[in-house]
Amino acid sequence: MAVSHCFSRAASAFTAVLLFSFGCVAASHIEDQAEQFFRSGHTNNWAVLVCTSRFWFNYRHVANTLSVYRSVKRLGIPDSHIVLMLADDMACNPRNPKPATVFSHKNMELNVYGDDVEVDYRSYEVTVENFLRVLTGRIPPSTPRSKRLLSDDRSNILIYMTGHGGNGFLKFQDSEEITNIELADAFEQMWQKRRYNELLFIIDTCQGASMYERFYSPNIMALASSQVGEDSLSHQPDPAIGVHLMDRYTFYVLEFLEEINPASQTNMNDLFQVCPKSLCVSTPGHRTDLFQRDPKNVLITDFFGSVRKVEITTETINLQQDSEIMESSYKEDQMDEELMEPLKYAEQLPVAQIIHQHFEDSFPLCSALHSF
Amino acid sequence: MAAAGAAATDLEVVRGKRAALFFAAVAIVLGLPLWWKTTETYRASLPYSQISGLNALQLRLMVPVTVVFTRESVPLDDQEKLPFTVVHEREIPLKYKMKIKCRFQKAYRRALDYEEEALSSGSAQEAEAMLDEPQEQAEGSLTVYVISEHSSLLPQDMMSYIGPKRTAVVRGIMHREAFNIIGRRIIQVAQAMSLTEDVLAAALADHLPEDKWSAEKRRPLKSSLGYEITFSLLNPDPKSHDVHWDIEGAVRRYVQPFLNALSAAGNFSVDSQILYYAMLGVNPRFDSASSSYYLDMHNLPHVINPVESRLGSSAASLYPVLNFLLYVPELAHSPLYIQDKDGAPVATNAFHSPRWGGIMVYNVDSKAYNASALPVRVEVDMVRVMEVFLAQLRLLFGIAQPQVPPKCLLSGPKSEGLTTWELDRLLWARSVENLATATTTLTSLAQLLGKISNIVIKDNVASEVYRAVAAIQKSAEELASGHLASAFVASQEAVTSSECAFFDPSLLHLLYFPDDQKFAIYIPLFLPMAVPILLSLVKIFLETRKSWKKPEKTD
Repeated sequence: MAVSHCFSRAASAFTAVLLFSFGCVAASHIEDQAEQFFRSGHTNNWAVLVCTSRFWFNYRHVANTLSVYRSVKRLGIPDSHIVLMLADDMACNPRNPKPATVFSHKNMELNVYGDDVEVDYRSYEVTVENFLRVLTGRIPPSTPRSKRLLSDDRSNILIYMTGHGGNGFLKFQDSEEITNIELADAFEQMWQKRRYNELLFIIDTCQGASMYERFYSPNIMALASSQVGEDSLSHQPDPAIGVHLMDRYTFYVLEFLEEINPASQTNMNDLFQVCPKSLCVSTPGHRTDLFQRDPKNVLITDFFGSVRKVEITTETINLQQDSEIMESSYKEDQMDEELMEPLKYAEQLPVAQIIHQHFEDSFPLCSALHSF
Repeated sequence: MAAAGAAATDLEVVRGKRAALFFAAVAIVLGLPLWWKTTETYRASLPYSQISGLNALQLRLMVPVTVVFTRESVPLDDQEKLPFTVVHEREIPLKYKMKIKCRFQKAYRRALDYEEEALSSGSAQEAEAMLDEPQEQAEGSLTVYVISEHSSLLPQDMMSYIGPKRTAVVRGIMHREAFNIIGRRIIQVAQAMSLTEDVLAAALADHLPEDKWSAEKRRPLKSSLGYEITFSLLNPDPKSHDVHWDIEGAVRRYVQPFLNALSAAGNFSVDSQILYYAMLGVNPRFDSASSSYYLDMHNLPHVINPVESRLGSSAASLYPVLNFLLYVPELAHSPLYIQDKDGAPVATNAFHSPRWGGIMVYNVDSKAYNASALPVRVEVDMVRVMEVFLAQLRLLFGIAQPQVPPKCLLSGPKSEGLTTWELDRLLWARSVENLATATTTLTSLAQLLGKISNIVIKDNVASEVYRAVAAIQKSAEELASGHLASAFVASQEAVTSSECAFFDPSLLHLLYFPDDQKFAIYIPLFLPMAVPILLSLVKIFLETRKSWKKPEKTD
């Protein structure tokens, strides 16, 4: 009895030691893997920022989008990688008491419509069809490069949408809607053609969570400002301008982003905590089940900033200097130039003469006066 | 009279029944199919079975190798057996749905007189100069010369030599199993010059599921029809430095020959610009030990973004753009060095970013400041700069160092910076990559059409799909018969056609209609028509049933 008891104790001790050592090895292996997985596999960043409402009283939606645009540019994504769609022009709106500005803080603290805002799709060009064409890449060949989303399979894309929405739809320009199923299908088409590595979808509308319910493609993380059945509220009315300047959720997201710089290590879990119910009145939601990495390993700058992978160049190749031969050919070029005739302007149409002639014929008195 | 009236109403009733039945028949037999046909989305026929067959395509990459034996290289009785052909086939173990087999077709033959003479000269370079054939060998093919074991063509300890054109030299052996041993050596050399597993793994890096994190595989540019290369000189301090660079001459002398050698891989266009007052986004730190400024490796990723917006690369073209920047640091931050992880300054003073380009920091010689007043005239040494830029260009294209077998002498690239067999390796990799991309695109299109039911396929899209399928099959055939150049062209055509088909603007799916909206549209149209027909059918059916039961009741 005692023997078996001893034996069992020894066996359990042995298995404990075995498991402990195995656990140590596994832990270090997991750490290596974690180090690898911590790094995302992307080489470039894109952003698609959409404001879908027009009319002066929807000033706050344009201010939302421009504030996100400003943060994204500050953190490093260049204009060539941002597709900005604004459905109406607030800065030059006849009702704007401070023209050429769009403010996001009351008392006109922060003008988000600075000198270098590049709007790619403006006013009536912001339609559901154009938005879907930008996402899926099915653009007519005459579209300029700045209006295209030229992402590849190693791009992380940030998509931010704001406007008026409802349960399962988002209103565009007060005349059409995009449903959550169309959006999910568009993302699926992007995935099939590998147009993104990872996608972050942020939406700030009423009942925003309904828009990400139908996603089914992998590597998508979604955030919304309110749940189904709740309204997203606006933040600050400004008495001088006369409208609400920002929405609450985006306001607090921007406060959070102002503390991020290109080198910071803040992760997505912090972004999920932004704007609790006490501040936002609505309950922000998020969806991470389609995302492969753990949100706490995802850096904010993976989506909002543009940090490139860089390698030191250690090799060079040997080039011979064929200076003599090349110098003589260069001299030949110079001599050819000198031999050419000096350039001059082509013969212009003698407009002055024609007018003067005509003038003389029709007003002989005037020409007489002129000569006087 | 009543009977006639009854007969008349009977007739009416029968007529009424027939009319109702006729209406119902027309509605069901003609109307329903017509409505179904006219409301379905138009889809031109696509070769779905062929597309799914492409996934199981077996790629056989054939490398034709000509092996030339000199007199002393193998035993006499083995020499009697020449000429003959040996085939060596191996499957590349990649976890990819397409099976790839690599086939080396070695044609053994005896050396001709001039070849014997050339191979008995003093050094390999001389031999190559004498063996230089008037016409270029076809892309993808190799020639291996087997010399005697004790020949002095190669240094004593070297067993093989790989030349800059598609030739190699291998030592023979006087042994019973001479052919087998030499055959293995030849395969090693031939693999280094054409196809190894890592070349194909790099080409298929985007399609292989695991191990996405290796830097080697993320570096090369994706295959494209053309590339735009931009050289930019950044001068943040024009008050102190008056920088001149002979970029046109340098491009003509060094870059253009390199690009001409690469011309089979795509169209290249080169431009250059000078940017003033373009700062780096990062402040360099001062190192008092060497009294110079340095940029840490951690800061390097943040350098590119502030500068990129000023490069204007987006306006250039729709092809991928490679930017090469030469930065002359301002007087306040001169000299500026780049430090690697260990804190040592990098010899080239340059770094590059995958799929974007490279940046080199050019320090002005401090002696130039002594004599003259500011601004100091700086003539950029283009040779040093181009050495680095061309090396970066090679890395960005994925022209990596090959896996040479042991005791092998590798001759460096010619003056152009690219050996012809490196170009072949690039073309092999690109062909396989193109075929993989085209197959994935077509398969995705087929899957999408299955998943989203209201996408219209027009006839021109269908013809592009057929063309893409035909091009993939042709490319696979050409690869199997060893014609690399035509296989590459066919694979490019396959990619172009498949992308054209997938990204055709007409493929935008019709806006989604939820079910309740569909009902709301159809009910006002169909209900007023359907209700009377249904009710009359029901009435007819009930009466007919009653009339069947009646005979039972009587009697």
